[in-house]
Amino acid sequence: MDYQPLWLTLKLALVTTLCLLLVGIPIAAGLAKSKSKLKPILEAIISLPLVLPPSVLGFYLLLAFSPNSGLGKFLESAFNLRLVFSFPGLVISSVIYSLPFMVHPVQAGLEALPRSLREASQTLGKSNWQTFTQVLLPNIKPALLTGTILTFAHTLGEFGLVLMIGGNIPGVTKVASIAIYDEVESLNFSAAHRYAAILLVISFVILLTVYLTNKRLSKQKLPV
Amino acid sequence: MIRISIRKKLHLAGGKGELNIDAELGDYSFTALYGPSGAGKTTLLRIISGLLQPEQGIIEVNGQTWLNTAKKINLPAQKRNIGFVFQDYALFPNMTVQENLLYALPPKVDQSKVKSLLATMGLQNLAHQKPELLSGGQKQRVALARALVRQPQILLLDEPLSALDNITRIQLQNELQNIHQQHQLTTLLVSHHVPEIFKLAGQVIQIDAGQLIKTGTPNEVFGIHTHHEGITLTGEVVTLLPGNIEVLTAYGLISIKPSAQTVGLAMGDKVTIHAADLSLVKLS
Repeated sequence: MDYQPLWLTLKLALVTTLCLLLVGIPIAAGLAKSKSKLKPILEAIISLPLVLPPSVLGFYLLLAFSPNSGLGKFLESAFNLRLVFSFPGLVISSVIYSLPFMVHPVQAGLEALPRSLREASQTLGKSNWQTFTQVLLPNIKPALLTGTILTFAHTLGEFGLVLMIGGNIPGVTKVASIAIYDEVESLNFSAAHRYAAILLVISFVILLTVYLTNKRLSKQKLPV
Repeated sequence: MIRISIRKKLHLAGGKGELNIDAELGDYSFTALYGPSGAGKTTLLRIISGLLQPEQGIIEVNGQTWLNTAKKINLPAQKRNIGFVFQDYALFPNMTVQENLLYALPPKVDQSKVKSLLATMGLQNLAHQKPELLSGGQKQRVALARALVRQPQILLLDEPLSALDNITRIQLQNELQNIHQQHQLTTLLVSHHVPEIFKLAGQVIQIDAGQLIKTGTPNEVFGIHTHHEGITLTGEVVTLLPGNIEVLTAYGLISIKPSAQTVGLAMGDKVTIHAADLSLVKLS
């Protein structure tokens, strides 16, 4: 059995999750703090991947990344980077696709913290950065864990978007979900079965870990 | 000397209003901020601490300007040297008692400061506990100790004792008194509790619906006056029955038997009660 699609899937999920920790947490923090009238618009845009068919998102990203578009041309001439049918392209589209899975729990976690925690830190002379990293983030561990795991698991299960942007290039863009489709197309059911079973077990174990850990963390009640 | 002059729009229970306060706090004074819920007490504390900006205002602390909206000066909360004790204590749940205090320690200040505060506040045994395991009184002590770590110029206390039982409350009142004397701190305490104000404060600022009602000593504000006729207490008539008149004072309801002097009283009239008119019975 060819394990490469499974490794590629895990690699994509891991890189996407790391990118989303870097991108998603600041966005969630900004939204949690914002009182702007534009906030609902931004929230709606971030939530779009929850309701859009992945093929719709994939289609527009394919257009945007294509070497014939303005963005595609610029990336190719400036950075020699082609996003269509490439691993970086998969990562960027996965980040967009899984954005709500990171932003929503983290934003909800931050909004649920009492305002006085942030204010107490400010009155103790601490900068916003110190307050965020030493007071706010450590007190939303369950939300961070949920965001991280859901992003990871959601990326494992991607299909439509990956197919649109990445196609089916072995070792580059052929992730497990694509491999399953590929094997079924060629009537190779036993190989499809193995990929599918492995994905099923991994996904179940991940979700079980989230629920068990959050049960343990929520027992340590958040006192104020 | 701390000079405060504030105008800020408020959303009050009865609609929109304005916080309109001019006050002075003497050096090392202990001032109580007294008024009903929603009067703007917490808002005033938040403005002084820099957590909230008023539309117009001046705050000067010992000659230093913290806020002057006309000159567009507004020091952020971080730059105002204050100690703020929040109503919900706001202890950081992810840190132990000692870590809460260490977090407040300014850079390059010796850690012995934290040790000595833990000792004077009787918190040594709890140093390595997380806040969730502490009682209300203990949380309050930690919050106070944490506010003192920076050696603030003003200590702002937002109803710190309101959620505590009576015994703990009295213990903490004594500690507040000690802290005020030892640290020579200008202190502003929000309190609803008149006996507490009498015990702790030398000055009272009474506000209602954002407006300054009265300032003065507790005696002056709560209507106990000593003069040649003896002690009098001011209040408002709230019950008017043929056999009983009730007057609401800062100390609660006082019942008076109608007499020749009470003829013609109406509900809502402001009256003074003379101590000489009240009977007195020794408790057995």
